[in-house]
Amino acid sequence: MTLLPGATDKKLGLVIDLDTCVGCHACVTACKGWNDQGYGVPLSDQNPYGADPSGVFLNRVHSYQVQPSDGLSQIINFPRSCLHCDDAPCVTVCPTGASYKRVEDGIVLVNEDACIGCGLCAWACPYGAREMDAAAGVMKKCTLCVDRIYNENLPEQDREPACVRTCPTGARHFGDFADPDSNVSRLSADRGGYALMPDLGTKPVNRYLPPRKKDVRSEASLLAPLLDIKATGFAGWLDKVLGRI
Amino acid sequence: MHPAPSVLVFTVFSGFGFGLLAFLGIGWPAPAGWVAFWWWGLGYACAVGGLVASTLHLGNPQRALRAFGQWRSSWLSREAWASVLALGLLAPVALSDWLGLGWSRIPGRMGAICAVATVGATAMIYTQLRSVPRWNHWMTPMLFGGFALTGGAMAAGHANLAAGFGLVLAAGLVLAFRLGDGQFARAGQTIGTATGLDRVGEAAVFELPHTGGNYLLREMIFVVGRRHAVKLRLIAVAAVAAAAGLVLVPGALPLACTLHLGGALVARWLFFAEAEHVVGLYYGKR
Repeated sequence: MTLLPGATDKKLGLVIDLDTCVGCHACVTACKGWNDQGYGVPLSDQNPYGADPSGVFLNRVHSYQVQPSDGLSQIINFPRSCLHCDDAPCVTVCPTGASYKRVEDGIVLVNEDACIGCGLCAWACPYGAREMDAAAGVMKKCTLCVDRIYNENLPEQDREPACVRTCPTGARHFGDFADPDSNVSRLSADRGGYALMPDLGTKPVNRYLPPRKKDVRSEASLLAPLLDIKATGFAGWLDKVLGRI
Repeated sequence: MHPAPSVLVFTVFSGFGFGLLAFLGIGWPAPAGWVAFWWWGLGYACAVGGLVASTLHLGNPQRALRAFGQWRSSWLSREAWASVLALGLLAPVALSDWLGLGWSRIPGRMGAICAVATVGATAMIYTQLRSVPRWNHWMTPMLFGGFALTGGAMAAGHANLAAGFGLVLAAGLVLAFRLGDGQFARAGQTIGTATGLDRVGEAAVFELPHTGGNYLLREMIFVVGRRHAVKLRLIAVAAVAAAAGLVLVPGALPLACTLHLGGALVARWLFFAEAEHVVGLYYGKR
């Protein structure tokens, strides 16, 4: 059913902290590793050891150089994956009902047995969250590791998405945004968590935490007083003459 | 956006075919005998051929019937329904024309409405996408409708009507190119809003997430051939306008139709190749 549910009981999603993300791509690898053997067909690679390798990933880490109006430019690493939008355009465009949003927890999923591989959902997503599997011809996307988070065969600390579990700097957080007291709701409120391209009306659930303000030094260098060298003697005379020419 | 040949053939030929079927459906013209067979046959061949071509770009075409499932929300599903309804409703009228059975033309008129609705639904598949600002504009259904009506009128042998439609369409193409060029900027999305880093400063790509290609780059960030865009625009407009003039020359109708379809293919290639998806912003490309 590709009509969106009016409301979902839970709103499971991620908070991604751009302040602490170091761009190590561990989440990318963990995601690929888990989803290679979990929900749906494996994430295939094409020509992986050849000259022109290509493959499906559900999570990609970009790096941007950002120049603030004052101060030095910063490198900000930016993981990009499905935002599990409340008003997900990828769901409503699907002709077969393969693409759907779950009423119980708000996860946007693809029923691969019903997917005809038309690719329209990937066109409709502004965030590039969906990639067609070239081997199976079906659409792949982040499942929020639906086969981990409810999996009672796993130790409790592992019942969160692979990307969150693996992040060495704790830059990724998983929780329920429908609960205002959840870890993710409080983190997002405290740190000014924001949604991507909100003008497009997709109402993303995931939130990004902006990098904290960098310290600004009052002077250029601690060594500045020592660097103010006055030339004397012959060098001083030369400095004066050359300065006049 | 990647201009897949199957989608180009599908949209151009099914548009042309459904345009012709709409005219035949309303009985204008109402051919009889073998003339009817070939005339209706041309309409069906183009419409059905286009629809078959559209299944070629599916990852799992054997499940294509499932596309009828979600007509309440999906334009692609509505298109599937409208096309099948049109082809089904028009079939008895075509049969009646061919064999001189004298059956009612009422299903023909209903079929004509469905044929027009099919073209409209095809256009809405693209128009609805806010992620592709160039398409997300009222000009998109106008152009799809314009090509179908002009092609249909031409194939139905209405020379004066086709000439008029064709000239309006050529002007519409020019307008669509002009309006389309400003659409991405008007939509207001930048690398800053895509990443939300506009709250920190001016963002630029430092390093891409992967060194190889991927589905997004191949499908949505198609930049091949854009440097010839201006020439191709001129070719498309000239072909459509020339076809509109040629249709008035006695005996030149087949040539005019071919020229019109050629112009339509070039215009449709540009429709895809020039459309920029906002996901390109993450990659610093458009």
